[in-house]
Amino acid sequence: MGSASSTLYESLASIFQVLLIMVLGPLLLGFMAKVKARAEGRVGAPVTQILRDMRKLLTKERLHARHASAVLALAPMVIVAATAVAVAISPLVTTRPLLGRSADILVIVYLLLTGSVASALAGLDAGTAFGGIGSSRAMTIGALSEPALLVAVIALSIQSGTSNLPAIINATMSHPDWVAGPSRLLALVALVIVVIAETGRLPVDNPSTHLELTMIHEAMVLEYAGPDLALVTLGAAMRLGLLFALLSNLFFSWGIARHLSFLDVFVGGAVLVAKTLLIALGIALVEIRSAKLRLFRLPELLAGGFVLSVLAVITGLVTR
Amino acid sequence: MTYLLWGLVCCFLAAVAASLPSAYRVRATATLGAIGCALALSASLDTLIRGSVDTVHTARLLPTFGLTLSLDPLGALFVLAAAFVGFASCIYCVGYARDEMKSRSALTLLMIFIFALLAVPVAASIVSFMFFWELMAVCSMLLILTDQRHSRDARSASLWYGVLTQLGAASILFGFLLLTTHGGGQTFADLTHQASMLSPTVRSFAFVLTLLGFASKAGAVPLHVWLPKAHPEAPSPVSALMSSTMVALGVYGIVRVGFDLLGGGTVWWWVAVASFGAVSALYGALHATTATDLKRLLAYSTIDILGLVLVGVGAAGALVDSGHLGVGELALSAAFLLVLAHAGFKGALFFAAGSIERSTGTRDLDRLGGLVHTMPFTAVIFALGACSIMAVPTLSGFSSEWLLLQGLLHGFTDQSTPALIVMLVGVIALALTGGLTAVAFVKAFGIGFLGQARSRDAYSAPDAALSMKVAMTILIIPSFVIGILPGLVIPLVERAAQVGLSTDSRSPVLRGVGLELSHFRGTIEPALLLIGFVIVLTILLAFSRGLANRKARRVDAWGCGRDVQTSRMQYTATSFAEPLQRVFADVLRPKTDVEVTHVAESRYYEQSLLYQNRISDALEQHGYRPIIDATLFVGRAARRLQNGSVHRYLAFGFVALLMVLVVLA
Repeated sequence: MGSASSTLYESLASIFQVLLIMVLGPLLLGFMAKVKARAEGRVGAPVTQILRDMRKLLTKERLHARHASAVLALAPMVIVAATAVAVAISPLVTTRPLLGRSADILVIVYLLLTGSVASALAGLDAGTAFGGIGSSRAMTIGALSEPALLVAVIALSIQSGTSNLPAIINATMSHPDWVAGPSRLLALVALVIVVIAETGRLPVDNPSTHLELTMIHEAMVLEYAGPDLALVTLGAAMRLGLLFALLSNLFFSWGIARHLSFLDVFVGGAVLVAKTLLIALGIALVEIRSAKLRLFRLPELLAGGFVLSVLAVITGLVTR
Repeated sequence: MTYLLWGLVCCFLAAVAASLPSAYRVRATATLGAIGCALALSASLDTLIRGSVDTVHTARLLPTFGLTLSLDPLGALFVLAAAFVGFASCIYCVGYARDEMKSRSALTLLMIFIFALLAVPVAASIVSFMFFWELMAVCSMLLILTDQRHSRDARSASLWYGVLTQLGAASILFGFLLLTTHGGGQTFADLTHQASMLSPTVRSFAFVLTLLGFASKAGAVPLHVWLPKAHPEAPSPVSALMSSTMVALGVYGIVRVGFDLLGGGTVWWWVAVASFGAVSALYGALHATTATDLKRLLAYSTIDILGLVLVGVGAAGALVDSGHLGVGELALSAAFLLVLAHAGFKGALFFAAGSIERSTGTRDLDRLGGLVHTMPFTAVIFALGACSIMAVPTLSGFSSEWLLLQGLLHGFTDQSTPALIVMLVGVIALALTGGLTAVAFVKAFGIGFLGQARSRDAYSAPDAALSMKVAMTILIIPSFVIGILPGLVIPLVERAAQVGLSTDSRSPVLRGVGLELSHFRGTIEPALLLIGFVIVLTILLAFSRGLANRKARRVDAWGCGRDVQTSRMQYTATSFAEPLQRVFADVLRPKTDVEVTHVAESRYYEQSLLYQNRISDALEQHGYRPIIDATLFVGRAARRLQNGSVHRYLAFGFVALLMVLVVLA
């Protein structure tokens, strides 16, 4: 296979990943809502509800707040674009996406951070109290959870000797005994906490609340309506899809396509959907049983996640 | 080297030109200064590319000892940073200089300050080094007083800075003197020879003494107290120079003495340097999140970045000590790259803060807001600088932090416990400061530039003058160059790192479209990432244009049912940082007072509410205050001995004479 055609295949794989996550993210959100509704004895909205909402929002008028600047208009696109680049280069369906060489953990973390920064700035742009509340809280939580994300993945990179995500996954697949190691388990727990915080699930943030004083993400994006809101929702859903997919692939990599044949990529996509649905099911079940934590109890949870990830690094160093 | 000397001459002439009549004083001075900096810039680039070493000695310029200057790649890197920011500062001054800054004394001092900044990294003997070092310290100390001569804060800042920098200089001088105890040579070349003959204890003593002095200049906690006071009070071109290049000279000193003169020393030196760095990084980042004074916020973030640089230097030292030269070189290159990146974006940020202060008369974020509408150019520059410092991918902060992380990560291959501790501490500091820096700069941009104006001055602020815009643009360019095409700059920092570590090993970073490590698996290609990002963004833009063909309709923001939304209902910088302030209350020790006055008729209704929140540097309150109080107490006690009576002084003389006689007998 020539280099030009392999680049073509890699591009196609990346585009497939982006499209898959664009659909899978909203579906995962709908699936979690459905599971929660069923567990509470309700029928609940259909799984495709978020996608339907987005389609409806796209046909609506664009409204911008009077004092807002270009930041408010640009932020949704920056959020989606940064997340889409992160999705395109991450090893989700295949370990050989386009620019997979650059899929360094720092790149992914800081692309996600770019998205958070854009939405926090958009929250402040209209000059209202709610936007400020949301931005301030979201940034506070982000400041505590992103370090844990970074350090937890570094714990994995110590074993594989690189911080490149496809390389970490390849190394994991050739050393199945690493998966059950103490360092991996600690990092896994830390990452689960981080993923819950970063995607705004209970007990960190309540995705279904619209009670002003408890909202975090919803308060930040309160000024958005119409197509802009559709993009913001899409960005948040893709972020969730990406984090779930990374969580599943870093620890249970099997099924991911290591060669770019149609069959492998198809199987990779199907396995990814199955794995993320399982994670979504688990998180939905946890959400049913937990109440939202008080904002000022959150740092304890997130600091716990950070300490676990540091312990994972130390354990990794001691046991290698 | 010749160009550099001419550059220094130009800066000196600029200082002379500052005494011209006021009609063309600023332009003449700025032009000469800019030419001087440009010459120095070309000289340093030439040295970094060719890797040459030029030495000049003249016996005439300084009495008794003479002046020894030597331009090697290590020094050239710091000359490069100083010349670049100096060049931009000269241009910035044309539009910025008004009132006090336009005076003869201020302009002369500024030019001598730039002169000293360019000369310190090339000084190659103890006497010349200390001469330029002190020149730099004295000029910057006096410059702090320029704009706010009459404010108490500026005077106190200048005093704090003066005392700490003089103590630091004394400590450095003692350290150097210890190195000369074997043989009398005082040039750096002599010291390298003599140092190898000294006992390890003396070498360690000398290193620790110089480290204390240099770390204080680099703003390392707990010797940082002067920095968040001095940088905000100085006029903005001076703040930019101090923050982006002068503090970096502290790092230069540590590298020059630790690696070059003392040849690496023992591992605990570097554990100390890295711990200094990690503590500073965290402390600086944390204080930056709660600061409401824009320039104070920038000053604290300088402490943070310089902390990360020190982590890189410490990691390099620890790795070289255990024989991992390649990774050590990687870590040192990363630290140097961060120095260069920081010089660019922090200079631009200080310039932006300066133009805000010029236009609105305040740097208090709680009184700003909405500046994106009134000062769009400054807003864009500040946003770009903030994105760089937050390490948004494809900007300079990201490339350099990535390289630093790679240095630390591959440093884990080292098996020695001290080295592992350094790496672990470094990774933790890097991870934690990332999130905190994002909070600080989202706050600075979001509160200062977005939303509605919180005061009349911010509502009608004019944008910066043309020369200030040009200067800001120049300083933001490195953010893109280092960020998108780091391969262009890496050879320069690698050369400096190789000279610092005196190795000529194979370069640890391959270049290409992006950065690729040669011994390890690790690549980033920022240019390609940027292309991908732009493609997606274009698709989205086209999509949203096609979809909602009409322009967005302007409506009132959602006010929760209220009709009137005033600018006082917005979040302020204080309220934005309140959650983090509460989380880290143990470290920050905020003082909060809430005073409620009730209506006379009923306890249930409040008449007025007063909320005060102050965060002072806890280390200053609990570490420095007691020392100052004790010194003042001793001083007051000593004053009682002197009551002005001649009889008493005669008695003192007599008693002293008797004691001398008794001792001699």
